[in-house]
Amino acid sequence: MITLNAKIPDGPLEEKWTRYKNSARLVSPANKKKLDIIIVGTGLSGAGAASSLGELGYNIKIFCYQDSPRRAHSVAAQGGINAAKNYKNDGDSTFRLFYDMIKGGDFRAREANVYRAAEVSNLVIDHYSALGVPFAREYGGTLDTRSFGGVQVSRTFYSKGQTGQQCLLGAYSSLNRQIKAGTVTMFPRREMLDIVLIDGKARGIITRNLITGAIERHTAHAVILATGGYGTVFYLSTLAVNSNASAAWKAYRKGAAFANPSFVQIHPTSIPQLNDFQSKLTLMSESLRNDGRVWVPKQKGDTRKANDIPEEDRDYYLERRYPAFGNLVPRDVASRAAKERCDAGFGVGKTGLAVNLDFRDAIKKQGKKAIEEKYGNLFEMYKAITNIDPYDEPMRIYPAGHYTMGGLWVDYELMTTIPGLFAIGESNFSDHGANRLGASSLMQAAGDGYFIIPYTITNYLAGEIRTQRIEPDRSEFDEAEKAVRERIKRLLSIKGKQTASSFHKRLGKIMWDHCGMVRNGDGLQKALSLIHELRNEFWNDLIIPGSDEELNQELEKAGRVADFIDLAELMVTDALDRKESCGAHFREESQTSDGEAKRNDDDFAYVAAWEFKGEDNRPQLHKEHLKFEFVELKERSYK
Amino acid sequence: MRIKLKIWRQKDAVSKGSFATYELDNISPEMSFLEMLDALNKSLVEKSLEPVAFDHDCREGICGSCGMYINGYPHGPVKGLTTCHLSMRYFKDGETIVIEPWRAKAFPVIKDLIVDRSAFDKIMIAGGFISVSAGAAPEANSVNVRKKNSDAAFDSSICIGCGACVASCKNASAMLFISAKISQYSLMPQGRPEAKERVMSMVSEMDKQGFGNCSNTGACESQCPKQIKLVNIARLNREYFKAF
Repeated sequence: MITLNAKIPDGPLEEKWTRYKNSARLVSPANKKKLDIIIVGTGLSGAGAASSLGELGYNIKIFCYQDSPRRAHSVAAQGGINAAKNYKNDGDSTFRLFYDMIKGGDFRAREANVYRAAEVSNLVIDHYSALGVPFAREYGGTLDTRSFGGVQVSRTFYSKGQTGQQCLLGAYSSLNRQIKAGTVTMFPRREMLDIVLIDGKARGIITRNLITGAIERHTAHAVILATGGYGTVFYLSTLAVNSNASAAWKAYRKGAAFANPSFVQIHPTSIPQLNDFQSKLTLMSESLRNDGRVWVPKQKGDTRKANDIPEEDRDYYLERRYPAFGNLVPRDVASRAAKERCDAGFGVGKTGLAVNLDFRDAIKKQGKKAIEEKYGNLFEMYKAITNIDPYDEPMRIYPAGHYTMGGLWVDYELMTTIPGLFAIGESNFSDHGANRLGASSLMQAAGDGYFIIPYTITNYLAGEIRTQRIEPDRSEFDEAEKAVRERIKRLLSIKGKQTASSFHKRLGKIMWDHCGMVRNGDGLQKALSLIHELRNEFWNDLIIPGSDEELNQELEKAGRVADFIDLAELMVTDALDRKESCGAHFREESQTSDGEAKRNDDDFAYVAAWEFKGEDNRPQLHKEHLKFEFVELKERSYK
Repeated sequence: MRIKLKIWRQKDAVSKGSFATYELDNISPEMSFLEMLDALNKSLVEKSLEPVAFDHDCREGICGSCGMYINGYPHGPVKGLTTCHLSMRYFKDGETIVIEPWRAKAFPVIKDLIVDRSAFDKIMIAGGFISVSAGAAPEANSVNVRKKNSDAAFDSSICIGCGACVASCKNASAMLFISAKISQYSLMPQGRPEAKERVMSMVSEMDKQGFGNCSNTGACESQCPKQIKLVNIARLNREYFKAF
């Protein structure tokens, strides 16, 4: 049985990380060369970790399923990256950033980790800037910032609406530098299919070569998962369509606790679903809410065109309900408010599942050019998809599955409950509580990769300098490989009638309806039984043409969908268990008289960490009780 | 809509490929091009036939995974769009659409519409970076960059590495691709210290990977889904001559 020990250093909040670094063990340069580290995933956290650990002299093997590390889904992040630089002289500080994240996460994150994320944020901006990331600048040549939801300072650094791309290409460039230096070996088009443990420690992975189908063994002294989130469980989401939960899920099945799986962020401003065959929802950055105003008609069924509806007939419902933050309320609040208006019959567009995001006033005030400078590529993207020009008409937007605050449980060192297995970036649960604030995912992923994991993994590896290079012919690898091959064989031998995607789509619908923006006990119970039926059908009626010894995209999908089905069950189990509302987790049974989330700190101020107990058994819940020593637990209000 | 598809099918890198013809009913003009291919693949898989393999991921025009030759144009006939953003409303009812993989010596076909673009990564490994290690960076605002230069660097930096420039060029040149990166770094003070070494090693790797020389026709610029400009190639040439 696992035990949760967060290993939070003693001392005042602002000294914990310094104290940790001062007392962490080191590894000499000569020994670093003898130590191997596997990293799975090449996004901001994975590529960042590979380059910084390569720079230190470790031997790195890094894997991704894409054809190139430059395509990891960090590339799609749009609006920006936070840091507590206080360049705007508007009262920002490390503590303020920390506090905004703790409050934004509705007091369900660990204080020490969040403070550290805020603490290293400035280093991230310095580093990306030095790597040549073209952040937006003022005329004097200094860096510009803008505002994001849930905060009252301007701390978000950006490159138009493609900040993720620019940061990722920066991370990719530093990764390439280490590949050239010989410290990093890159394995593209590989999918991790299992983790291998030897004497309880993570010692390697099994991968499938997606071109040849070859099953491969890779060994190391430690393994880092940087595999992102599981928002694609909804099928339709803002994630890349191949993003998946499989690596984290394999880790869970091997003994890594999975924390807060039900904490999923539904992003308020995505282009709405327009039809049934849609494969993807495209995000429109939160930064647009700096200048765009969200509204619906005051009259139900108002069929006039948006531009023909006069000011007095418009309901700017975010400004009305939340005067202090207005259009810049946090994502969970904005999403629920949009759903509330649409469910009440005020939605716009042919499905009624959309609200207006209007730039008319901003264009009038600042001019078209200023708006184009800030959001040009987003406006173009919107037009390409919808054939509507947002310079002339309001955008139509609706919430979509986006980011997962839940993930593998990690301690202060970002180590999971499996010794030697670390999880960084979105794949861990650590910094965002029950709701993430905008522009803090790039910040956390980069901070984890560049400035935290190098210290904490070194502390772990200091105890491994006597461990010889792991040989891949060990029996533990034989067993893991055998299990992987058997599962592939089982998937291929079903020979039913339905495609993996069709199952995925149905799973997504179950999760969206019952475990999305709003949840309740009956709905979640229903979801459980629907998931069981779906799993049964999947394993009896799946069809995959072709074989496992070639490039077979249907086989890849099937394996991921099988894991999503299992993960969905855990998400619902967790959502059922948490009989309170907090952040993005909104239980209808627990709300205030005006429809806001009602937390229950007496019973639920904990991280729910689930332990796998075998396929047919209920997972075991472990609670990490959250202690708030430096902030006061308060009702989270943006009014 | 009803459409006819002629798609290049090739089992693997060593097999010989050929065109296969498919007909699809019930295609909605609202579908994206890839969703149309999803529909084709669903119908193939349900008949236990091998689906058409193609690279795709973000489906929002930024990862650079997708890319195919559509009716003789990389990413299809509409300017400034990646294949995933191409909508079926741009095609006519009853139209025959021809779909091929990128054709370039440096991008060998792996299967159907999937090609091997690792040559791009190799060029970047050769020199597409600024040599600064984590921890060594100065405070960000201690290095000021003229806004005009920074904006121009951004315009160059938005390349998604899809390979359309190579596919559209009769010489299969990668000049637009590498010039975008060279430009980005050459326009910022952070990139100057290594400018010479960078341009020499990237150009030499580009030649080694089998890409041709610039054809001076500008096909790359007109076909680039991110509309990267030819002026980048001029900057590349300038940086290259300066490096001797």
